[in-house]
Order: sequence, then C-alpha cells, then structure tokens
Amino acid sequence: MNAGIAARGHAREFAAGFARDHVALAALAVLTLLFAAALAAPWLTPQDPYDLAQLDILDAKLPPGAVAAAGHTYWLGSDDQGRDMWSAILHGLRISLGVGLLSTILALGIGLAVGLISARAGGWVDALIMRVVDLQLSFPSILVALILLALTGQGVDRIIAALVVVQWAYYARTVRGAALVELRREYVDAAICAGYGEARILFRHVLPNVMPPLIVVATVQVAHAIALEATLSFLGLGLPITEPSLGLLIANGYAYLLAGHYWISVFPGIALLLTIMAINLVGDRLRDVLNPRLQ
Amino acid sequence: MLSFTLRRLVQSAATLLVMSLLVFAGVYAIGNPVDILINPEADQAEIARATAQLGLDLPLWRQYLVFLQGALGGDLGNSFVAGVPAITLILERLPATLELALLAMLIAIGLGVPLGLVAGLKPESWIGRTIMAGSILGFSLPTFWVGLMLILVFSVQLGWLPTTGRGPTIDLFGIPVSFLSWEGLRHLILPATNLALFKLALLVRLVRSGTREAMLQDYVRYARAKGLAGREVLRVHVLPNILIPVITVAGLEFGSLIAFAVVTETVFAWPGMGKLLIDSIGLLDRPVIVAYLLVTVCLFIFINLVVDLLYAALDPRVRPEGAR
Amino acid sequence: MNKKPLITFASCLLALVLHAAPAASAAELRIGLSGEVSSLDPHLLASQPNLTVARHVFESLTDVDPQTRLIPGLAESWRALDPLTWEFRLRRGVKFHDGSEFTAEDAVFSLARPLSIRGSPGGFASYVRAVESATAVDSHTLRVKTKYPYGALPEDINSILIVSKKAAQNAGPEDFDSGRAMVGTGPYRFLRYQRGDRLELARHDQWWGKTPAWDRVTLRVVPADPSRTAALLSGELDAIEHVPSADLKNINKNKKLITIQTTSWRTILLHLDQYRAQPPGVSGADGKALEKNPFMDLRVRRAMSMAIHREAIVSRVMEGLAVPAANIVSPGVFGHNPALKAAPYDPEGARRLLAEAGYPQGFRITLAGPNNRYINDEQILQTIAQLLTRVGVQTRVEAAPMSAFLGRVRKEDTAVSLLGWGSFAADLALRSLIAGPNPEKGYGAWNWGRYANPKVDALMEQALGSTDRGRRETLAREANTLAMNDLAIIPLHHQVVSWAMRANLAYTPRTDEFTFAHHFTPR
Repeated sequence: MNAGIAARGHAREFAAGFARDHVALAALAVLTLLFAAALAAPWLTPQDPYDLAQLDILDAKLPPGAVAAAGHTYWLGSDDQGRDMWSAILHGLRISLGVGLLSTILALGIGLAVGLISARAGGWVDALIMRVVDLQLSFPSILVALILLALTGQGVDRIIAALVVVQWAYYARTVRGAALVELRREYVDAAICAGYGEARILFRHVLPNVMPPLIVVATVQVAHAIALEATLSFLGLGLPITEPSLGLLIANGYAYLLAGHYWISVFPGIALLLTIMAINLVGDRLRDVLNPRLQ
Repeated sequence: MLSFTLRRLVQSAATLLVMSLLVFAGVYAIGNPVDILINPEADQAEIARATAQLGLDLPLWRQYLVFLQGALGGDLGNSFVAGVPAITLILERLPATLELALLAMLIAIGLGVPLGLVAGLKPESWIGRTIMAGSILGFSLPTFWVGLMLILVFSVQLGWLPTTGRGPTIDLFGIPVSFLSWEGLRHLILPATNLALFKLALLVRLVRSGTREAMLQDYVRYARAKGLAGREVLRVHVLPNILIPVITVAGLEFGSLIAFAVVTETVFAWPGMGKLLIDSIGLLDRPVIVAYLLVTVCLFIFINLVVDLLYAALDPRVRPEGAR
Repeated sequence: MNKKPLITFASCLLALVLHAAPAASAAELRIGLSGEVSSLDPHLLASQPNLTVARHVFESLTDVDPQTRLIPGLAESWRALDPLTWEFRLRRGVKFHDGSEFTAEDAVFSLARPLSIRGSPGGFASYVRAVESATAVDSHTLRVKTKYPYGALPEDINSILIVSKKAAQNAGPEDFDSGRAMVGTGPYRFLRYQRGDRLELARHDQWWGKTPAWDRVTLRVVPADPSRTAALLSGELDAIEHVPSADLKNINKNKKLITIQTTSWRTILLHLDQYRAQPPGVSGADGKALEKNPFMDLRVRRAMSMAIHREAIVSRVMEGLAVPAANIVSPGVFGHNPALKAAPYDPEGARRLLAEAGYPQGFRITLAGPNNRYINDEQILQTIAQLLTRVGVQTRVEAAPMSAFLGRVRKEDTAVSLLGWGSFAADLALRSLIAGPNPEKGYGAWNWGRYANPKVDALMEQALGSTDRGRRETLAREANTLAMNDLAIIPLHHQVVSWAMRANLAYTPRTDEFTFAHHFTPR
C-alpha cells in the first residue's frame, strides 16, 4: 500500500528518498550514461562492427591506441577480425541491454496477465495455471534456458524467447499473490457494487496497486537477464558471433587472454560489470525506498 | 507431509515427461548424431546402418515410445557415444559435481552468515558498507567471467593453484572424492570459490536484512533493555530467527548451484555432470541429456525434502500436517 | 560445542596432505589431449581422441609413419596375391599384455568385431566394407578376400585395432572402460581410467618395438584450449597437443618450453552448391532471385578463390599455423600434387572475372560452417566473409555448433559450407568429397555441392581398383589435379598441427595429428 501511494501521489518524496543515497544516485547516472551510449552507438563509433566489409583482417588484434590502416584509432584495441573494440562494446551493450529489457518487459507482461487471470478466475483455472508455474519454477532458469537454446539454435529472437520462458512464471506467481490480497479489499467490493466490469476492475483498480513492487523486482531481473544472456553466449548457446553481445565478446577474447591480448576480453567484461552493477544498485535503492520498514 | 511429498513426486514426474518430450523433439529437429560421430570415410550405407543401430531411423513417436518403455523398466538407454548406459555416465560424474556444489555451499554459508551478521548489526559503519558493496559486486559479476579472472590471477600470474581439472581422487566409502588430499583440495579451491561467490553475496544480503529486522523486534529490544549482553542476544534471539530463512534459501539455492555448476565446470574443465551435459548437447547424445534431467530432478526432490524436514525440526510452529 | 572431533579431523587432513605430496618420477610423462574420449573400446567410435588413447594399448596390422606412409605394424609384410586377395604375414613372438601370444585368430576376430557391436554409432564398418572374408591360413598368416579389386585395403585396416580374442570375446564397451578387456599388444598397458579426466598407463615390457622412455604415462583430457595451455605453463603437464594458435607466441617465448609442428593431413575447404538452380541463401546484389546458379560457372568459382587472401588467414587468423592449400590432400600425403599452386590473392582480378561472368554488381551468399570443430573455424568464416564481400560477393555468416550445422547440411539448407577433411590418400578423399554421389557404390557421401565430373570419377575408380601402389598413386594424383583445376571445391588451407612440451623433451610431429607417449623422448 505504501508502495502504491509513493508511486502515484508522492513521486517527489520518492525521488528525494532515492537521492539520499549518493551511491545509488551515481549508479543511476552511470546507467543513464550507458543507456545513452547504447542508443547513440552508431554515432559514437568509427565502425559498424556488424558490417563485415568494414573490417580488415590485417588490423586484427591491435593493442589499444593503435592506428588502423583506414586512419582511425583503435582506442580500446581490435579483436581477431580487426573489429574496433570500442565500437564492438557499444554495439554489444546495445544488444545486451536490449535483450535484457525486452525479455523482462515481455515476461512481465505475460506474468501480469496470467497472474491476474489466475487470481480472478480461481477454481480449476487457477489450480492449473499454478501447477504449470510450479513446474516451471522447479527447474533452475539457467538449465531451462540452456536446453531450450540448445534445441532451438542461436539468434537474438531465440535468446529473448528463452529468457521470457524462464522469467514469466516468477512474475505470474508474485502477481497472483498480490492480486489475491487486493481483491479482498473494500475498494474492489465498492467497484463491484458500482457495477464496473471485470476487466476494468482488474486493470484499472487492482493492477496499479500490484505494479510498484513488481517494477522493483523487474529492475533487478533485467540485470539477471543480461548476466544470463552473457553466460549462455559464453557457453556458445546464445548469440551468433557476427552480432556480438558483451558476453560473446568476453567469450571470444577468452582464447587470447593467455597470449597477452587482454583487451579483447577485459574491456567488454568491465562494461558488462558496470552495467549489471549499476542496475543492481538502482534496484536495491528502489526497494529500500519502497520498503520503509528498513529505514 | 506425506501428501505434500507425493504431490511433489507427481509434479516432478510431469516435469520430467515434458522435458524428455522436449528433448526428444528438439534433438530430432537438430539433426542426426551419427552425422557428427561417424568417421569421414563412411559412405551412405554405413551412415544408414549406424543410424538404424541407434534406433534413430524410426519415426519420432516410435522412438519416444521405445524410450518410455525402457524408462518404465528402469533403462534410459545407452549413450550413443560411449556405448554404456547413460545413467551410469551421469552417476559416475555425480560425486564430482556434488563435491563441488557442497564445498561452494559451505563457503557461502561459512562466510555469508558472519559477514551478513556484521553488516546487519552495524549497517552504517565502514565495515558494514564495505561488506554490502562487496555483496553487490558479487551479485553483479557473471560466474564465467569471475572464473576466467580467477584462473588468470591465481593460476597463470601467481601460479599458486592449478588451472583446471579435478586432480587425484581418494575413495571414501567407494566414492571418489578430492578433498582428502592436498593436490585434490588445491584443484577444488578455485572452482568452489567461483561457484560460491554468487550465493555468498545472496546470503550476506539475506542475513543482513534478517538481522536488521530481528534487531528491531520487541523481544530483542526488551532483552537488550533487560541488560542481556550483546553476544547473548545474538545467540539466543537473533541467530535462531535468521537461521530458518538461511536454511530454506540454502536448500533451495543448492539446486541452482548444481545447475550453475554447468558454467563453472565448463570454465575449469571439472569432470562433473554439468560438463557432461554440455558435451552431450554438442554431440546430440540424447540418452545422456535425458538421464541428466532425471538425476537433477531426483536431486531437487531430495533436497526439498531435506529442507522441509530441517524446517520442521527447527521451527516448532511448522507442523508437518500443515502442507503448504 | 565439543572441539575434539574437529582437531582430530584437522590432523588427519594434515597427515594426508603430507602423505600425498606429488612424487613425479623421472620416467613419467603427463600429456594433455585436446579431444573428449568417449570410450576405451577401440571399435565403438572412430574418433581421433578415442583412437589416440586406444593406440597406446592396441596396435593394427599396418601402421603409418609420421608422414602418413604405410609401414609394417603387427603384420610384417603384405601383398596382393590376385586383385581380390591380400595376404598378411604376421609378426611372430608378439605378446599380449596378459602374456598370451598374438595369432591370426585375434586378427580375424578383431576385423569382425566392429560390425558385431550393438548400438554403436559406427564408423569402423566403413573400413571393412570391401572385405568379403578374412581367414587364418596358419597361426601367423592372414588372408583377406575383397568383394571387388581394392587397392586401399592396407590403408583401411590401419584403422582396425587388434584386440585379444580371449579377453574381448563377449566384451562390451563397459568392459573396456573397466580395464577388463583392455588387453592389447601395444607399448602401454591399462592401469586406471577416470572417464572424462584421465587414463593412466604403465609400460608393457615385452613390447616388440623400441622400448619407450617412460614407465608411466598419464593421458589427461583437457579440451578447453586456454586450460590446456595454462596446465602446461604451470607445470601440471609435460606436453600438450593442439597448441592453441593464440598461445603459440607466448609459449615460444618461454625458455622452459618448446613447440614442434608439422603440416597436418587436415584440409579446410569450401563446398559450393553446383546442382540447384536456386541455391538457398543466394540472391542478386539487389536481393532478387538470380536467374541461374552462379557457382556452376568456373569463372565465379575462380573469382571466389582469388578473392580469398589465404596468406592473411594463415598469418592473422591461424597465427602461422596453416599452409595455403591448392590440393585436396596435404603435402606428402599419397596422391598430393606439389605442382598445384594456391590462387594468389587478387581482388581486382576477382572483380573482373565476376563481371565477365555476368555479375558486375556481385551477388549475395550465405556462408555456413561449424563453430566448434576446426581450429578457429568461426574466425575463418568471418574472415572469408570479409574478403568475399570486398569483391562484391556480399556474404552473411552462419556459424553454428557442428551438430546444428550438419543437421542443416543434411536438410540441404546450405549452399556454401566449410568442411575440414583428413585422409591417407587423395583417391580416398576424392571418393568421399568430390565423386558424384552414388549411394550404391558409396561415392560422394560428403559431396555437399554435388559436383560431378565423370572424368574425375573414372580416374579415382581406377586408382582405388589398382593393387599396384605406384600406378595407383599416379592415377590418384591425376584425378586430384583435374578436380582442383576445375575448383570442384575451394581449398583454403592445410592445418598445421603443433605440440608444446618441456624443453628437455622431443617429439617427431605426425601429419595424422596423433599424439603417442611412446614417441616422446628425453633430450
């Protein structure tokens, strides 16, 4: 309930609460910067790392600061195909963030719909849905995603699908629990008395009260999704090498680590760490602000 | 309790059925393992012969029926690649994975609980803040990346610990384990630490918030007001209260540790079931994939059972009859 | 809490620690292998890693030297009595590890065993497909009848390892893994096996060959490239095979280590669809369908070959661990033609040829290949795409695990695909890769592009049918030259295979990539 009020009416108070923690504020700044960089990647980079015609194999594995045959400088070095690491990291960040966000939003949407329906319908529909949810949750996400990807093959669409499959059940269960509580409140009775329709009650009245805590969970979940994507790509099951995400860049550079070409693996690793950490810090703070008991 | 366990069993059996169907259909769609396995000199007739030998020439539904029939009799089929029962392969690798996961859990609990307590008791001190910062870091580092860095620093740069592999094993009650010898232990340290890190961060956060909540409870305030020493308060009132969630989470997370061992085993070339799963997927060795799923599901059921029992033993309020 | 048990436990641990300090004897060798060993059964699966470990314990009738030329093994000599009959004189006084004597009965049994294992993913049966019957004339003479005149029989049966009939009768793969059936004649005998991790061996002192330098050998399975290198650098292993190309420079800088290399028999090549009017993934530069299949035009195949900068692939991607290829088989292999030269890199010429063939704007293709099979396969695919795109052949890369890639190939879903091939002889390679597909004769099982040239087929058939080796090699070389000049496939490079080891060791590098402990010697 506190959460509901904070998100609706007291946005300013909420923002002030958030800003009291300087670390979280800094994390938010970093996150904004990362997002901006990812969005503006095509304009911030000298090279399109996906366009093979722009790569030059003769520029492969140059150390940071080396000058390319075409004239520009590889500030963070180049990889085994002569891909500019700076360009690759920004574009990789774009993919990693995109995959994380999109999969979380989709999973959240599906989870919300299923959870609300389950809570409202009750009876055997509820029982059936919850059994499916249990079934899904009884397996660790990495295992399910791993097997799904092994069976469906590589690709951005496949990995998003796999990440949605492993996440939706979690939201569905959370939403159902929260919705059941909300459905017993007076305002719902009042709405029913006022003759409002089912859908209106669910989506106009119950949903807004269920959302805020869910958004906090989803924030942290984006970080999880990004890490999971990176892990799967590292295992060779995620994205194709021609569209490298941060995880794939790290995996790709792993082979050259011992040979001293550290930049191919270390720089994308730092970018990945920064991203996940910033999201986690922001998510943590959000939760603290929304959970006044711990203040 | 019994009905609860029974329901779990039925649920897991359903999971297994769904997963095995998925694996069957998926592997069938990817291709024929014989194509990957067979030697270059093989001609069309030999490829067809080998395919028939493995029963892969049948239509998919027949293959699945054959599998079900065998599975009901306790036979999950032979590994295509090794020619021995798939379940044997998995069980052979089980001790290595369990040893790794158990040690990782011990590390996570052994360090996580005290660190979380400190952070919970002194949330505003520099040490509390450092611990929390560390836990956020541990939370954010992808397991595989930490593994690579651990190898790079401790094995290659410093040369303190071996890079990969399991090292020598000693039989303990007929089960090969590596923690009984120095060499084995040295091989175990890096992968176990790697695997533990994420759970360690999780436990620190859990214990910290548990401690903070407990410290705010009336009975703790009362006990402190009564003049009970800090250590006593901790032992009598705070610890038992955080222990229950710790055990629950530790139990539930143990399953995910075993799953995540797939990553750690791949990085450290640890000969456990996770690495076998990855290899088997690469070779489309379907019986082994299915056997892996079976063994993990059984493990999860067992772990959940143990957690439930521990839970009941620790918290008198939880009555076994009250199945959730 | 009672602290005593803890102390006892700790002291126990300490005792163990002191006790188990590693005691590496001078005559022990620890080798890191790169491939996953699936079974010790030498007849279950014909994979290089399985054969590598099996060949320490078992031997075959014919052997091959480091340059892949046939030499005597358990058979001292062999000859063709007539076009359909081969006779092998077996070595006398050879002892199995259990002390029993090796006889022709064991050879007869071993030649029949691959076909009798149930549930085997196969491979070995193809080596005995020509065999009509094998009989023991006396205790040390074996006679093999073939179904048709077949000159490559001595090569083929090199892959069939000889097991002890007594030990292996009724034995399945599990009996080999447990060691019970691991009774061979080879230089090492079985001690202990931990699947997925290591095989420990001890010297077979009655071996007929030159006594190996090592009493004890541990073969470790370390497929992860960085791990293998790291284990060598840290001294855990004495030698490793398949040195990751990225680490080669680093190891060479290390004074305590050396590397040894030679050209491998493995050729990396591109198959081009030459049978469909509209190959999948191929379209005009504007994305519209092409009128005809461009790869059927020799000029296009030549242009693509000229656009590939083989030296750049060798130096940048392979770190020097490859040799530009113009042959179907590596230098030194039976039927190789040294006169063939790889097409020099000539992007201008390639563009001209494409324009001449009617593609001044180029066209679009999809290049498919594995990402977990050959050395740097994924990188090679990307580099080729880069180079082809530069001359106007806009290339999209689809790299997938070998399992998924082969699945697509079988569904005929690829037009340009990367494949690696190792063979003892050019005629054998041609039979699988380039001969017009003919399931009845077993030709062209791996000819994905379905290139078909009756002249090449006829020459290859004649070569395989001749039991006279000189005549056979001339014919094989001729067939090879014809196919290569017609660019039936585009050869890219021959891999260079390398080993790294302690500086006080020596190894004769083998073209067939095998790693044998008994061929390592102290310096």
